[in-house]
Amino acid sequence: MRRQAPLALLGCALLLVGCGGSDGRSSTLTVFTAASLTDVFAQLGEELEEQRPGLDVRFTVAGSSTLAAQLVQGAPADVFASADERQMAVVTDEGLADDPTVFAANVLTIAVPEGNPAGVTGLADLAREELAVALCAPEVPCGAAAERLLVTAGVEARPDTFEADARAALTKVELGEVDAALVYVTDAAGRPDAVDAVEIPQADAAVNEYSVAVLTDAPDPDAARAFVELLLSADGRRLLADAGFRQP
Amino acid sequence: MSRRDGERTGAGVPLPLMVPAALAVAFLVLPLAGLLVRAPWSGLGAQLTAPGVGSALRLSLVSATAATAVSLVLGVPLAWVLARSRIRGRAVLRALVTVPLVLPPVVGGVALFLVLGRQGVVGSWLDETFGVTIPFTTTAVVIAQTFVAMPFLVVSVEGALRAADARFEDVAATLGADRWTTFRRVTLPMVAPGVAAGAVLCWARALGEFGATITFAGNFPGTTQTMPVAVYLALQREPEAAVALSLVLLAVSLATLLLLRDRWLGRAAA
Repeated sequence: MRRQAPLALLGCALLLVGCGGSDGRSSTLTVFTAASLTDVFAQLGEELEEQRPGLDVRFTVAGSSTLAAQLVQGAPADVFASADERQMAVVTDEGLADDPTVFAANVLTIAVPEGNPAGVTGLADLAREELAVALCAPEVPCGAAAERLLVTAGVEARPDTFEADARAALTKVELGEVDAALVYVTDAAGRPDAVDAVEIPQADAAVNEYSVAVLTDAPDPDAARAFVELLLSADGRRLLADAGFRQP
Repeated sequence: MSRRDGERTGAGVPLPLMVPAALAVAFLVLPLAGLLVRAPWSGLGAQLTAPGVGSALRLSLVSATAATAVSLVLGVPLAWVLARSRIRGRAVLRALVTVPLVLPPVVGGVALFLVLGRQGVVGSWLDETFGVTIPFTTTAVVIAQTFVAMPFLVVSVEGALRAADARFEDVAATLGADRWTTFRRVTLPMVAPGVAAGAVLCWARALGEFGATITFAGNFPGTTQTMPVAVYLALQREPEAAVALSLVLLAVSLATLLLLRDRWLGRAAA
């Protein structure tokens, strides 16, 4: 409710804009992207716009599951980048895209308020009763990853809240309302002034793989392929690495 | 007499009103019909007995009722101040207290953190003095719902007060009643239907509250996971479950509102 209605409106607006090109040379590339990729993709979009005058790259940003649901409902888009393989499978199973490429991986870290006031040193601290702890809800990818990680580490966490996505969990850390939250490494790296990250030695037990695909009904398949090529190029890899992503 | 007849047969509605009204009904009712069509009727039993559904429903009903009670205790006096008093800056005050109507509820949730959170102005004092923290508790759910829903009650009661004839109050005053007695014995009974209608609106808004709740109170089964929050999370994994949960919320709120209307509100709020 909170996200889908505005996004649906945005989708409609993009469709109208896409049809409104009058001189025949300007075109719009619509990229549906998982929220954690926002910053990297914005830079790639600018790069592609420089390479191809007249091209306008637009992003629809949301959780991967929301985006997948919108694509299945017929939202018009050229490229889909998903934060986990399950949501990419939702789209490919419907025949809306084929041949997705895994291009990056992300692991979890413990985000704590700046200065780490509660003295969190590892996963075991998430079981401390007196700490306020946020995890992602098991329904969303980062929550599923957190579940796997905690089971592997044998930690019985005592969360106070299950957040709807990693960014919401991070916000609670930034506001100082929780002492620790399990979020993606890249989420914490994106806010170096507001949160500190406590590295998790067992993090490899839960790796999320990011995949990208050109949609079968892409209005501009040519530009869509160019965007994916740029993402997979040395430039793209460097940007992803700078943001804290791993190579798959 | 003729008006009654018109009501019964449906005649007498001019076409320029009938057509848009019919469109409005279709616009509001068709999405509900869509929910009913898509509902996983065969698996409904399993969806509704899934762990957490009962506690989410109970929490929703309890917290929305508590939020309505708080709104009545605080909101009716506020409506009176806005409608009857002559304090300066009333127009500004009215605009301020209706801000939650237009504020995106998620922002409302963050604003509540800034005041009542562990680091908040009031919240940090509560924490240090009494060792009490509000976020992620059922109290936080009620506070978030009250913040979003009370303006509906205030606006509705203020409207009723403005429409009520103030001369009855003047008469009560000339007969020796002080203002408090006048409010209790004359004003309140006169605007009771408006108060009831406002309370129903407020309750319904609190029941559906999502953004401020998930932000300020978080999401924990049994403590802070209300039905709308459960629906949103179910939507991420299993849309059928979300539809089933929505149907429950819909049925319960429709039943409650119909029952209230027949029992207590009479025709005034119909």
